[in-house]
Amino acid sequence: MSKDTSIFKASWTYADAPESTGHIQLKKRYELFIDGEFVKPVKGKYFDTVNPSNQNKIAAIAEASTEDVDKAVKAANKAFKGWSKLSGKERGKYIFRIARLIQERAREFSVIESLDGGKPIRESRDIDIPLVANHFFYYAGWADKLEYAFPNRKVKPVGVAGQIIPWNFPLLMAAWKIAPALATGNTVVLKPAETTPLTAMKLAEIIQESGLPKGVVNIVTGAGDTGAAIVNHPDIDKIVFTGSTNVGKYIQKAIAGTSKKLTLELGGKGANIIFEDAAIDQAVEGIVNAIFFNQGHVCCAGSRLFVQESVANIVIQKLKDRMETLIVGDPLDKNTDIGAINSSKQLKTIKDYIKIGLNEGCEIYQPDCDLPKKGNWCAPTLFLNVSQSHRIVQEEIFGPVLTIQTFRTVDEVIEKANNSPYGLSAGVWTQKGSKIFNLTQKLNAGVVWANTYNKFDPTSPFGGYKESGFGREGGLHGLKGYVKFED
Amino acid sequence: MIPNLDNLPTYDTVGVNERINRFKSRSIKKGAKVVGLKLALSMIDLTTLEGKDTRGKVEQLCYKAMHPHDTLKDIPTVAAICVYPTYVGVAKKALEGSRIQVASVATAFPSGNSPLQVKLDDTRFAVAQGADEIDMVISRGEFLSGNYQYVFDEIAAVKEACGKAHLKVILETGELDTLDNVRKASEIAMYAGADFIKTSTGKIQPAATMEVTYVMFDAIKDFYLKTGKMIGMKPAGGISTSKIALQYLVMLNEVLGEKWMNKDYFRFGASSLANDVLMQLVKAETGRYQSANYFSKD
Repeated sequence: MSKDTSIFKASWTYADAPESTGHIQLKKRYELFIDGEFVKPVKGKYFDTVNPSNQNKIAAIAEASTEDVDKAVKAANKAFKGWSKLSGKERGKYIFRIARLIQERAREFSVIESLDGGKPIRESRDIDIPLVANHFFYYAGWADKLEYAFPNRKVKPVGVAGQIIPWNFPLLMAAWKIAPALATGNTVVLKPAETTPLTAMKLAEIIQESGLPKGVVNIVTGAGDTGAAIVNHPDIDKIVFTGSTNVGKYIQKAIAGTSKKLTLELGGKGANIIFEDAAIDQAVEGIVNAIFFNQGHVCCAGSRLFVQESVANIVIQKLKDRMETLIVGDPLDKNTDIGAINSSKQLKTIKDYIKIGLNEGCEIYQPDCDLPKKGNWCAPTLFLNVSQSHRIVQEEIFGPVLTIQTFRTVDEVIEKANNSPYGLSAGVWTQKGSKIFNLTQKLNAGVVWANTYNKFDPTSPFGGYKESGFGREGGLHGLKGYVKFED
Repeated sequence: MIPNLDNLPTYDTVGVNERINRFKSRSIKKGAKVVGLKLALSMIDLTTLEGKDTRGKVEQLCYKAMHPHDTLKDIPTVAAICVYPTYVGVAKKALEGSRIQVASVATAFPSGNSPLQVKLDDTRFAVAQGADEIDMVISRGEFLSGNYQYVFDEIAAVKEACGKAHLKVILETGELDTLDNVRKASEIAMYAGADFIKTSTGKIQPAATMEVTYVMFDAIKDFYLKTGKMIGMKPAGGISTSKIALQYLVMLNEVLGEKWMNKDYFRFGASSLANDVLMQLVKAETGRYQSANYFSKD
């Protein structure tokens, strides 16, 4: 393993600055949230959710069986009759209330998100939780304006939405799913990921507190089997899934021949393209934000870096220098830049890919950083001298691992960027506006960022092409998946 | 030789801002804070640059420089005193026996709008009076009209007039308009012989900002990679609290690193910063804040 020591090495080490956990309230055991009540699972089974930074158990979580899912769907169906008839203005009031309650308890949510998922408190505090509240605020605003969202058309809610969300942005994904569904008059059965159910259960408490009619939102916890029970339930009208492409394919097969509507937001292998006329220093920062944000557990991560050959050396040198200053460690420390890998299973996947990269003969670079002994950790990693034919370039790793290729011409980089089964995201770095427009037209990606990366906003639609899925979430487009048009 | 200014790196204001916010979000507590505060104190160029400056005022400031707060043990003195040329002699005498440097602004500070000969005489006078460091201003008018060669030659001439004195070149970034201009001016100054590059005179708003300081750090870094020569950095004006000073030090730590983390390569041009740092140091030692009346205002 090659290790360069930076000339510009930092010497001043910051003392520990842990966010306090005294203010959070967690139960030892969480039940299912069905029909407005917390109820025990029919089979009485529970599983543990652990803190990935030290493997300590945080709480026991109910495992929803097919019977539990059925109860939740029944509750959602029953609630749909009233909720879908409620005026948009009234629906909006509830959603606004949820948004405000989240803001009031933002600090608690941030800490729990970092505890349960391993992401740095800086991100959960400054990015995840504010975005969660903003999503609810944004869609609350649409609730009584649907006739303006779809001019000259009458829309009806789809019915009961079965929503299955991933572990990388647990509460944010719940917000992305629940907020537009409620605004358009649907009811919901949501399943959080099995490694990160806590903030969803805290959200259930807020939903209860908000007085939202019973059964409008039901939250069932569990792993793949619980998800399958939702996907295969005959009384669900719409499936919304964010997660891996493999599971997405399974879902699409499973619902083939049914009348269920489907939105999929799946994997990605985003191309981040640095041109020689870019603001190089900010581009380097953009590379860091693109791949090391949330430990690289981001479907739209900029995991394939393309650097124009004339600036490749300086970009790589600056990137290595910058990586030396990244602080990897306790997710609850306010100075942490990179937290814990979400689960030991995901850590194994990442490590396997690093092995594959080494076996393929790629040159690896990792900064000199001390990783904690206990828990799931992975140092930020670069692979240099790679090409399109390497597996680590083709397949989604979902970790802090970046592959770096060089390119020479615009046409070449467009071809290479599009040469992927995925089509979720891309980044373009140049000071030339014309070049940005040229590339955004030609890149086959749902989101193209220019001179920035991994920026999210509730007003902006998000979604993919090709094997990255279909349908859009966020913005006006995000309403479409939850409505039926009347002719 | 004036460097090629055509292929300089360019800067994106939004991106620079985002990076600055990352530095600002670092939480500096406990031991790390005390280390940072002491370092900040040792890097201060204690400054008085007013029309109403007098011998008495300068002498008092010099005493403050040598004895920042005698009841606090193990604290450093400030790095230098910064005065107009006419008070260099006074400061030099007042600081006798200490290791505190005397810095003098020169070259028709703050506007710089005087003939070169006057500027050189100004510089030579300050040096003859015993100035260890000269803080010159660049001709912003010439710079903004694209006459880079003039700016370069002028700095080179002042550098020569400095003799053994260290030269700090004030870019007055508040008048340069863009970050790309800041980079360009930094490049000219470093190649023309600056030992330090400095943001501002303190007479123009905005004075030092973390954004321009970041760009100047980046220029210093690239210059070091090209020439192996370390250039110092001095943000000046507007850095009045410990909190802001620590944010600058975080940035220094993470961009230029260890080798620059000392008064030979980094200075704060400030007048009221010292007392705030002292107040924080007393707080770190005793656990409570003292009234501002306990800190001498010189």
